[in-house]
Amino acid sequence: MRILVAVKRVPMTGGRIVLTEDEQAIETRHLGFTISPHEECGVEEAVRLIEANGGESVVLTLGPGEAEEQLRDAMAIGIDRAVHLVTDGEEWDPQATAGAILEVIREDEAANGRFDLLLFGNESADTGGYQVGIRIAHALGRPIATGLKAVTVDDGTVRCEQEVAGGRDVYVLPLPAVVTVKEGLNLPRYPSVPGRLRAQRKPLESRSPVRPEPRLERLRLVVPEGEGKQAEILGEGAAAAPRVVEVLQQIGVV
Amino acid sequence: MSVLVYVEHAAGVVDEPSLQALTLARGLAGGDALQAVCVRVGATQSPADALAGHGVETLHAAAGEAFAAHAPCAIAEAIVELSRRLSASAVVGPGTERGNEVLAHVAGLLDLPLAANCVAAASSDGGTNVTRVRWGGSLLEVARVHAPTALLTVQPHAVPIETTSSGAPAVETFTPTLSDAALALRVAERLGAATGGISLADAKVVVSGGRGAGSAEGFAIVEELAGLLGAAVGCSRAVTMAGWRPHTDQVGQTGTKIAPDLYIACGISGATQHMAGCKGAKRILAVNSDREAPILASADYAVIGDMHEIVPALSVAIRAARSS
Repeated sequence: MRILVAVKRVPMTGGRIVLTEDEQAIETRHLGFTISPHEECGVEEAVRLIEANGGESVVLTLGPGEAEEQLRDAMAIGIDRAVHLVTDGEEWDPQATAGAILEVIREDEAANGRFDLLLFGNESADTGGYQVGIRIAHALGRPIATGLKAVTVDDGTVRCEQEVAGGRDVYVLPLPAVVTVKEGLNLPRYPSVPGRLRAQRKPLESRSPVRPEPRLERLRLVVPEGEGKQAEILGEGAAAAPRVVEVLQQIGVV
Repeated sequence: MSVLVYVEHAAGVVDEPSLQALTLARGLAGGDALQAVCVRVGATQSPADALAGHGVETLHAAAGEAFAAHAPCAIAEAIVELSRRLSASAVVGPGTERGNEVLAHVAGLLDLPLAANCVAAASSDGGTNVTRVRWGGSLLEVARVHAPTALLTVQPHAVPIETTSSGAPAVETFTPTLSDAALALRVAERLGAATGGISLADAKVVVSGGRGAGSAEGFAIVEELAGLLGAAVGCSRAVTMAGWRPHTDQVGQTGTKIAPDLYIACGISGATQHMAGCKGAKRILAVNSDREAPILASADYAVIGDMHEIVPALSVAIRAARSS
């Protein structure tokens, strides 16, 4: 089978978000970067499915030149090759992102046959648009299930378990299909040193698409005002326990 | 012109995020009519009565066997048909998982932009200006939607519900024309949740451990304290990524979002990822060895020191208080 998994490079924001002076982006000079969490699980799932069923896995990202790091990370745990839609660092809105990914899918499928499964994260950690996978499913006329915590491929179908309040809803989709997944789907493995070395030699195709005018246009970013809280220090070490119990009694927990 | 709101309900009971979406949409509609759309299965209760006081002119109930099981794309096709008939200037839904899914299907069908999880919206100069959340609420984005019909979802529990003196809306039932693809995309089976224990999402008290717990075994003291308080056990993302606890225990942007009366966070520094999951807590008690940990800026109370000393001492003190 053939699987494509799309990932996004996002900063590891730590404890507090600081903006650049023009309020257009997060100040990332001192931050590391990672694959957005839901998509890390998408990569792991693609690797497991190909290990079990044979075939080829492709990882794709739209992002700045530095996003090659995340593509190599994905190949280090077993993805076969990568496609990098290189941007100048400016954000693309969800519609434009879906359009650019769609073009890659159509060309790749014309050359190499259709992807049985297109894997996306349910939403990215940073912009949280909740829509790229669904747009692509509509454009290709393929079924889609979202927010999945379990994906089982069997005999031309994919069984999808979506977490809902009070349980899980199951969708059974015929392949080819599109799925969006969530963290908790699996526990992603760490790349090994030989895996990292192999990843350096795996094929990575770069393209530079032209960014269309955004239809969801970011004007500026704002860090929400904190609640201005200053925690009341109840004490230090084990000696604070009686004071804590007093507070718990006051608020009716003990 | 009118603004159309997708309302989620269970047997006539409307969930809060849908009422919050109605409040935001009423402001967006200005003098234009506010219309609502829901699905209705068989003879089940319509949510019309629950919409009294929310300014809704007409509730359009999409009927048909297609909706007997949840069918996100069929709901989206019903919304698209109705929004065309009403010449809606905006379609608004709750920013729940299902609300976002349905509105993204609408966006896919119409190829229009969608602004997910908005906290404010106003129309101006033929477009719509919105403020929406990023990073699960740790950052806001001011954005403009360039579209004749604005598609928005509303961030749950960010817009206070406001009511008016309006009565219950008139109900109009319609049977939308649905594509085969939409009819096929429906829930085939419902699996119940694993039973046993207190559900993290609904617990009144949650006790969590973070990297400071040190190991899977380090959670024994967290479980003991939680047991004494009738609390659910949670953890941070660092813990699930280390494999110390299952992902179902994770509190955070990519885990469970909780809203307990009291949240006790032990050995958790307070990364934005974690705080996005616990900002609904009424009170936060942080147990942390670092006075400058970011969580202290969001906590009500703190105890400074090693959780491995403090947490067992708390359990001892609670037992003592109860037996005295």
